[in-house]
Amino acid sequence: MSQATLRIQKMSGHAGPVPGEGTQRELQVCKLIDVTTCIGCKACEVACLEWNGLPYRETMFENTYQTMPDTAWNFWNVIKFNEYERPDGSLMWLMRKDQCMHCAEPGCLAACPADAAIVQYANGVVDFQQDHCIGCGYCISGCPFNIPKFNSATKKVFKCTLCSDRISEGLEPACIKACPSGCLHFGTKDDMKELAEKRAGQLRDHFGFANAGVYDPPGVGGTGVIYVLHDATNPEEYGGLPKNPTIPWVVKLWKGPVKWLGNLAIAGGIIAVTLHYLRYGAKTVKEDNRAEGGQP
Amino acid sequence: MSSGRALPLNSAAGASGQRLLRYTLAERVNHWIATLSYIYLLLTGLAFWSPYLFWLVIFSGGGPTARFWHPWVGLLFTASVLYMYALWRGDMLLTPADLVWRRSLLNYIRNEDENLPPVGRFNMGQKQFFWLMLGGGILLALSGFGLWFADALPWSLRYLRYLAIFLHVVFALATIGGFIIHVYMGTAVVRGGFTSIIRGEVSAGWARLHHRLWYDQVTGGSPRKK
Repeated sequence: MSQATLRIQKMSGHAGPVPGEGTQRELQVCKLIDVTTCIGCKACEVACLEWNGLPYRETMFENTYQTMPDTAWNFWNVIKFNEYERPDGSLMWLMRKDQCMHCAEPGCLAACPADAAIVQYANGVVDFQQDHCIGCGYCISGCPFNIPKFNSATKKVFKCTLCSDRISEGLEPACIKACPSGCLHFGTKDDMKELAEKRAGQLRDHFGFANAGVYDPPGVGGTGVIYVLHDATNPEEYGGLPKNPTIPWVVKLWKGPVKWLGNLAIAGGIIAVTLHYLRYGAKTVKEDNRAEGGQP
Repeated sequence: MSSGRALPLNSAAGASGQRLLRYTLAERVNHWIATLSYIYLLLTGLAFWSPYLFWLVIFSGGGPTARFWHPWVGLLFTASVLYMYALWRGDMLLTPADLVWRRSLLNYIRNEDENLPPVGRFNMGQKQFFWLMLGGGILLALSGFGLWFADALPWSLRYLRYLAIFLHVVFALATIGGFIIHVYMGTAVVRGGFTSIIRGEVSAGWARLHHRLWYDQVTGGSPRKK
């Protein structure tokens, strides 16, 4: 956060080391979601609504343990539920807390045309600034996780902020604080990565989940929200978690080569017609030939 | 299908001052609806295209306002090119004579117009521009719906949204290319063209030089066989 850049590094006339020096090893924050210990209680959903002061939204019952099919502009955090049948015929109830992944290379930010409507803080949090948002919805197409949601009344897009207002004050996000089973953790990216790997190893070594692993997809440069999955080779079963998410090809093409070719073509066209005029000028019409059929 | 007729106007300019009606009022009004809506779409579209051009939204009341009106003005533009199609489709069909004319394109570019075969109401370049803007207008509108209502498409149909973005960008660029040439030709090169689309009239000499077959047709002169 902005306060982090004001952390004192050196101090004049001070005896001993700078107070607080070295207490922050890194700036990157991370949310760790251990789906193997999620009980699907929805405390995180409620905490999110309460802390962010979001208006009431009707829930849906579709014969599952899921509150609604997807996140919404005023519901940033939903537990995805899937009844999964294992190869041996036994059932598993997979619960995955779905919210913004806070990608290191955010597709929403790449697609957004409005100045500073989407920012990424030095701590890795990707935040929407609704006062700069023009409501075009390009972020919806840029996101590989189906997270930004449009409010058609205000024409602004909303999503999880990772409680940037809380973590800037040294608090953990509201969902983390509410979690009763301890499946949610919050800390630095390094610490969470280490904790996740430890837990995945435990699942592999002691619980018989041979494919247990950590979901921190490299296609988007890693994420500020990581998962421990029983079966990291099959993330789609966890409510459609993409296996190898990347910024959609169309956004890369459009903001990359197409943009440069287009700019060159526009500038080239303007230069070409200017040069044409300097070389050839206007076409002249002779009005003196009165006789019909005379040479113009 | 050619419209327009000889008008014995402006007799003060003498015998050579015969004026011909080239564009009817409806054609002119429709052309300027298309022009003004296209310029609005161009300025706001370029603002959304590049961060270095985002400042262009100041001409349309800021980003959210530009985003709100861009699709509506786009509908107006598409409606006007469709009406243009209704008005001009007969004159805009490419003919074998156009293919002959195309061989002399370099002469046209070098302003050596005396070496060009005669053409009808529109030359091949105008016809190609017309079809570009008609096709572009339709495809920009269709793809535009995918951008306008980005949240309406379900996640499973997101590839349609990606396709819509791609088509919108590509056809916007194609029409910009045509637009640059059209504005340049119509104002700087073909003098008299700009006033013809404002007041509707051209001089007889202008018509003879640029659209000889059309001149023959509207003046009842003997059409030259070509």
